Amino acid sequence: MPAIDVHDLVKRFGDKTVVDHVSMRVEQGEIVGFLGPNGSGKTTTIRLMCGLLTADGGGGEVLGYDLATDALRIKREVGYMTQRFSFYEDLTIAENLSFVARLYELKPAGEYVRRTLDDLGLTSRRNQLAGTLSGGWKQRLALAACIMHEPKLLLLDEPTAGVDSKARRDFWDEIHRLAADGLTVLVSTHYMDEAERCHRISYISYGKMLATGTVDEVVRDAGLTTFIVSGPRLETLAREIAKLPGVEQVAPFGATLHVVGSNAAALSASLRQLEEREGVRVAAGETSLEDVFIQFMADATDNMQ
Amino acid sequence: MNAVFSFARLGAMLIKEFIQMRRDRITFGMMLGVPLMQLVLFGYAINNDPKALPSALVSVSQDHYSRAMVSALETTGYYRFDHVVDSAAEAERLMARGEVVFVVTIPSDFARQVDRGGKAQILIEADATDPSVASGAISTLGTVAQQALTRERGMAAADPEGGLEVVVHRRYNPEGISQYNIVPGLLGVILQMTMVMMTAIALTRERERGTMENLLAMPASPLEIMLGKVLPYLVVGAVQVAVVLSAAKLLFGVPFIGSFTLLLSAVLIFVLALVLLGYTISTVARTQMQAMQLTFFFFLPSLLLSGFMFPYRGMPLWAQWLGEIFPLTHFLRVIRAVMLKGAELPAVAFETGVLGLFIFIYAGIALLRFRRTLD
Repeated sequence: MPAIDVHDLVKRFGDKTVVDHVSMRVEQGEIVGFLGPNGSGKTTTIRLMCGLLTADGGGGEVLGYDLATDALRIKREVGYMTQRFSFYEDLTIAENLSFVARLYELKPAGEYVRRTLDDLGLTSRRNQLAGTLSGGWKQRLALAACIMHEPKLLLLDEPTAGVDSKARRDFWDEIHRLAADGLTVLVSTHYMDEAERCHRISYISYGKMLATGTVDEVVRDAGLTTFIVSGPRLETLAREIAKLPGVEQVAPFGATLHVVGSNAAALSASLRQLEEREGVRVAAGETSLEDVFIQFMADATDNMQ
Repeated sequence: MNAVFSFARLGAMLIKEFIQMRRDRITFGMMLGVPLMQLVLFGYAINNDPKALPSALVSVSQDHYSRAMVSALETTGYYRFDHVVDSAAEAERLMARGEVVFVVTIPSDFARQVDRGGKAQILIEADATDPSVASGAISTLGTVAQQALTRERGMAAADPEGGLEVVVHRRYNPEGISQYNIVPGLLGVILQMTMVMMTAIALTRERERGTMENLLAMPASPLEIMLGKVLPYLVVGAVQVAVVLSAAKLLFGVPFIGSFTLLLSAVLIFVLALVLLGYTISTVARTQMQAMQLTFFFFLPSLLLSGFMFPYRGMPLWAQWLGEIFPLTHFLRVIRAVMLKGAELPAVAFETGVLGLFIFIYAGIALLRFRRTLD
């Protein structure tokens, strides 16, 4: 039984279709990254899957429970971490956790709270008001609160936004530890390095699922060719290259330019002319996930226009 | 697993609400401070028994009976004779301008009538536009005047025939209202103000702070959330009731004739209706600001049409019907009947029942309006 198996989910707000026939399948124990630009429908899709929103079309099962009829069971067995910190700022860490423990009817509540505080290294701050915590600690508290009832599926909505690198690293270590114990994780993010830490990724744009698979699969399926160009007066060169046929992206990376295009033949033909110039060197490069996403975004904008 | 109600989950809501209530110092202070402040302010400002009221004396004769009568009236403390005039017309003008509240007329044949043992009369005209102003002064009048006269004549008071007749004219508004209306009424008004306002922001606060999303993602049922939100305010209400009732007794000496148990039961039902009304408002309002506006939209008409400010019977029929939709109207009837008239349960059963009906109506609307999703 897959942890998430939904198909053709549709959600409209007014006449705007925010989620447009999105299907997703996530196996147990997988960490799946959910990517896409701002406003692409990631949050709405996650809310549909944890029963916080009702779908206008499509359906499916989460943890084997039907989305349409078993929303309450799903709520009980899913841990959902909201994008915005949504615990009580006027309660202490321990009070927030004990509120959650009681709400899930965990017995004895005090024992659960103590263990969770210990596991996440929050014991020393247990009596601090949640509102006075820094971003990283708030994130820890939120994660602690949504895994305390030992959910089978964790839905994380941009959990690391505004958190420093060290806290992000710790956070991802924790996620992998939990997944190793059999927990399924769906995590939305903007960060490429985080996407690469996932077993699989799904890319959504303007409510439509554009790509899904491992990072390598997504990069391969995108069918992009990348060259690395170096030479004198890089900025003038970049402007020149952008006008050549077959070139779709030109991005400076340090002393080199990444030149990306979907038509490999046209791209290499264009760049071969450049190679004849003094000091210009062209080498085959590896297409990165970021290149692929930039391409997706550019295509999506074209589609909208 | 019970999806609709569990005591453990309700407990979770209750504990959380109490902690938040305690942390929010200003609101907590308001909950205790506002009733006391309002009571003292209104209780003293709205004085039902004012003293030293400006009065005019119309007296043509200067005999010792008249002087005795005037000094007797002055010693009651209610009358302060600022004006001594010769003609009734002039006294009339003074009253019309509002310079005096009373005009006391001692007829020229007063002394002669007393000496003859006949029916001596004095006339007191009271400005009764605000009827409660004059009621204290008038109620003490008869006995004071009679005693003064008896002392002056040096004869036994038990003289049925040769009595003194005090003729009272209540001017402008011949029907007076009860003296102790204000303080029991204030209990209802204060409870309404704080209970509805505090609970009206119950859900909007969660929504504005973004905690609603989390609360809905967890397994709390609408019933648990509703009870968890409103029940803590029953405790606050109980404290307010204790404060107001003690003050009513100690500061204002409001008589308390009826059954205390009956009164408290009525208060409990009333408070429950109020907190549920507030909660219903919070299911409608999107922001705390809207909740406040809705509260006041409800508050003012209930104040004006419930019979707290103006006599209910004095309103036109349509306004009386409108007044019936406010819990305060029914509560005022119950509490005035129980506190002042000593009414027993059968006498107030209907009004109490109506209050109970509000509980079900409000709870029903609130539960129907509550959305378990963010749609």
